[in-house]
Amino acid sequence: MKNKIIEILTEIRPEFDFNVDDTEFMSKGMLDSFDIISIVSDIEDAFGYAIDGAKILPENFDSIAAIINLIETNNQ
Amino acid sequence: MHLTFKNKKITGVLSVLPENEIRFSEEIGNYNFTEKQSVKLGKIMGYGTQRIVDSNTCVSDLCVFGMNYLFDNNLLDKESIGALVLCTQSPDYFLPATSNVISGKIGLSQDVISMDINQGCAGFEVGLMQAFMLLDTGSIDKVVLLNADVLSKKISIKDRNSRPLVGDGATITIIENSTNNQQIDMFIKMDGSSALSLQIPAGGFKLPSSEKTRELVEDVSGNFRSLDHLVMEGDAVFNFVQTKVPQMMQNMFDTLKIDKTYFDYYLFHQPNKFMLEKLAQKMKIPYSQMPNNISQKYGNGSSITVPLNICENIGENALSNSYEVCFGGFGVGLTWSIIKWKLEKLDFCKIINF
Repeated sequence: MKNKIIEILTEIRPEFDFNVDDTEFMSKGMLDSFDIISIVSDIEDAFGYAIDGAKILPENFDSIAAIINLIETNNQ
Repeated sequence: MHLTFKNKKITGVLSVLPENEIRFSEEIGNYNFTEKQSVKLGKIMGYGTQRIVDSNTCVSDLCVFGMNYLFDNNLLDKESIGALVLCTQSPDYFLPATSNVISGKIGLSQDVISMDINQGCAGFEVGLMQAFMLLDTGSIDKVVLLNADVLSKKISIKDRNSRPLVGDGATITIIENSTNNQQIDMFIKMDGSSALSLQIPAGGFKLPSSEKTRELVEDVSGNFRSLDHLVMEGDAVFNFVQTKVPQMMQNMFDTLKIDKTYFDYYLFHQPNKFMLEKLAQKMKIPYSQMPNNISQKYGNGSSITVPLNICENIGENALSNSYEVCFGGFGVGLTWSIIKWKLEKLDFCKIINF
């Protein structure tokens, strides 16, 4: 799952190395709210289910760990 | 807040859209992003075509054009109008009220009340509320609700977050007293503590427009806009819609002891394709009952999207059928509202070009 998420993030923001820099995406300006929308779409395509709209919050996309947590809790 | 009204009906809806159409695909070069990134986002958000006025056209022009169309085609009797309510956030002037300007241009009697309301995406619902209250005075039998905006003038053409979404236009909705004995249930909330999460920072009395406020500045995402342009805290507004609107809907279902199958249509404000899809998913409402095509085809025209939704998606069927509808609006203010109402057969329901 982690590798797929890094692949998705890298496609959207190829200027960053998400293998190295894997936290504080929002505060560092690595992602913005419109990037999150693209990420949600890609995650839904890749993992085959819909992410709850109320969970589309910056803090749930601020790190690789947060995104994995979002997917795992969303899938429960 | 739960408000109830009785004995009111909509008798006609006319949408007036500028003929000028722009396409997202033709403006991709304006944005500070790769074409691939913009195309991808465009597909998700539903960036398509938009109707945009020219630089000389104002709200009053669209409304006067539509009103004269109704008069000329014998769809509305000028003498029957008791009040003219205009909901806009892009008035012709700071003062006078644009509704007064319109009233003068279409030659309404001095006994006709004109008033402006400053509301956006929930402006159809707030405008209906005002119409109901005017009708409840007992002295007025017919209210003309105008929803109109030309907010494209306040969007930076280098702002990929907002420019591909905006649309201009006007709608005219006729609301009358009735003996149908039907109850209208309206739920409405306003959160002024988040008022500035969607705003145009400069140009009012708080921060007058100046050379400084007109300077284009790059934001952290790579969009360019000035303080004279509309700006939105996208994530906060998105989350507000995804949490508050479903809560209000559930409150309506519980209060009225109905469920989601009660309605034929959920005619909601359409800010963008993605947001409405997520809302429909959250509330488990089939896409077929919650049309989601206005922002892609015409752009987000603020308070016009719900009545335009009626014209676009029910259209002539509204002339011979009645429908149980749920109107929904949410956005600037922050304001959100839903209305349960039976849409009876209309006298007219169409879209015309300006």
